[in-house]
Amino acid sequence: MSLEAREVEVWRGRGRVAGPLSLEVRPGEVLAVVGPNGAGKSSLLAALSGELRCKAGDVFLEGRALHQWPSVERAQRLGVLLQESSLGFGFTALEVAVLGRSPHARRGGTASDLEVARAALDATDTQHLASRAYTTLSGGERQRVQLARVLAQLWTPPARGHRYLLLDEPTASLDLSHQHLVLERARAFAREGGAVLTVLHDLNLAARYADRITVLDQGRCVETGTPAGVLTPDLIANTFGLRVEVVSRPDLPGPLVIPMGRASPPP
Amino acid sequence: MSASEAMPVPAARPVPSRLPGAGPWVTLGGVLALVVLASLAIGTVPVPPSALLGSLWEALGPGEASQRLDPMQRAVLLSLRLPRVVLGVMVGAVLATAGAALQALFRNPLVEPGLLGTSSGAALGAVLAIVLDVTLGTHMGALRMLTVPGAAFCGALGATLLAQRLGSGGGRTDTPRMLLAGVAVSSGAFAGMGLLTQAATDAQLRSITFWSLGSLGGASWETVGVAAVPLLLTLGLLLREARALNLMLLGEREAWHLGVDVERLKRRLILAAALGVGAAVAFTGMIGFVGLLVPALLRMALGPDHRRLLAASALSGASLLLAADLLSRTLAAPSELPVGALTSVLGVPAFIALLARKGAA
Repeated sequence: MSLEAREVEVWRGRGRVAGPLSLEVRPGEVLAVVGPNGAGKSSLLAALSGELRCKAGDVFLEGRALHQWPSVERAQRLGVLLQESSLGFGFTALEVAVLGRSPHARRGGTASDLEVARAALDATDTQHLASRAYTTLSGGERQRVQLARVLAQLWTPPARGHRYLLLDEPTASLDLSHQHLVLERARAFAREGGAVLTVLHDLNLAARYADRITVLDQGRCVETGTPAGVLTPDLIANTFGLRVEVVSRPDLPGPLVIPMGRASPPP
Repeated sequence: MSASEAMPVPAARPVPSRLPGAGPWVTLGGVLALVVLASLAIGTVPVPPSALLGSLWEALGPGEASQRLDPMQRAVLLSLRLPRVVLGVMVGAVLATAGAALQALFRNPLVEPGLLGTSSGAALGAVLAIVLDVTLGTHMGALRMLTVPGAAFCGALGATLLAQRLGSGGGRTDTPRMLLAGVAVSSGAFAGMGLLTQAATDAQLRSITFWSLGSLGGASWETVGVAAVPLLLTLGLLLREARALNLMLLGEREAWHLGVDVERLKRRLILAAALGVGAAVAFTGMIGFVGLLVPALLRMALGPDHRRLLAASALSGASLLLAADLLSRTLAAPSELPVGALTSVLGVPAFIALLARKGAA
């Protein structure tokens, strides 16, 4: 029972952007994928969500090849928060969240869907925006409303199997407090038996909220393991070109990464 | 975030968003009913509304022939105005609904069927038939009446499928690319029409001009019967997709992640729109702005939810086209102004106002 990529290769046009690599995210855990720009993180996410077919290898959801899942059943257990959304029509935030319920009802807008959507807005601290038009929201507010939509999509576990939440840089345009809120929600989702894979740039957020971290560089999986095992000064210097000090504090679950400057500053 | 048992779902609060009840439907339906009545009553042979209702009731039911309408009024009503109204309602509804659906599909409020090559393809087909004076032979009788509409319909489908083909790659329809392809196909069709009109006789030119500006004047029960099949089919196909269209507004990728088979939806919608708009243009000529303006205005009034927008577009498109038709045959009676020119006359200022308001917002 997991979402698993086996020796997948992702190509865009004539170029291979990720792979071959293997990776698995299991119910109950938060897996963070980190790596420099262009490492193939978003491509990996697109492959794991079934959006891009892999040129080699395959992605399996609970043991069955992802593309063999009926689309509605897949959508009932696999939800994806994309980096940016292009919604340009004036749905209210509540209506956007209700749209997340679509895979569950042949007719949307029932009372319970509305309640779930409201609860999802509460969970992302956007309940006060419920009746605001999406197009009038700020970037961070939009991202939280989109997260509420994906949470509403995965609100109830499927009759059989687990729920899988894929997040592509969910904290990118959020203020500090909401960055933590979003990752706390991801943790809670995992605690309740869901699986979370999140692409992150902030190593400290990854260290704090992830059970495991996968480091991606040039389309390949460099290292996977616990935050303390993966986030070493050597690995960060080699992968990100950044000099860091890694310290640990007893009151924090993971290591703390302190950037000291670029590894080889330009002359 | 969570299973509902893990986190209690908060009690429902009053719904703050616009959730219009029966209000809009009463208004839009009432307007349509009024326009239908006016269209039946007003004209060179006036038919008093009271007599009209009684007569319609008797004509539709098994009752006896009305004593209150003279034979002239009765003939005008039943064999001229009624088929014209029925055709107008169907065509207006299809144009507006197709516009609303395509705007959602392309996630662009400025898209209309004309941009996909559908209208211009139909025009090219019709002009070709007029100029070449294609007839199926006098012995084919009723089929002759369908030569120009048939050619227009084929042109509409052909041009739309060509645009879709050009806009597709690797098994998927790339919507921005298809818009570009539609513009190219349209330009090609207009160029073809330009060349053909050079070869046309004066009589053919008048016929082309009249056709290219649209008219409901050709309505008869025969044309209504033929046109009803593709028009009603299209309406049914489009109205079914309201929920999927709502998801498409989120984005193609988002819709896909919510379980929408995006590529098949695109093909279905484009084909349905081509079918309906092709039939509309085939029987009434080019009628602009209904498909662009009606959904845009309704979206501002009712919000973007297609479960309301599509049906509201159908009602309002029917009303707008009938109103324009009523004006077209009364303003300069006994001659008729082209209805496509009137929808544009009504539509362009409203559209400019809409754009200005969007710019100011």
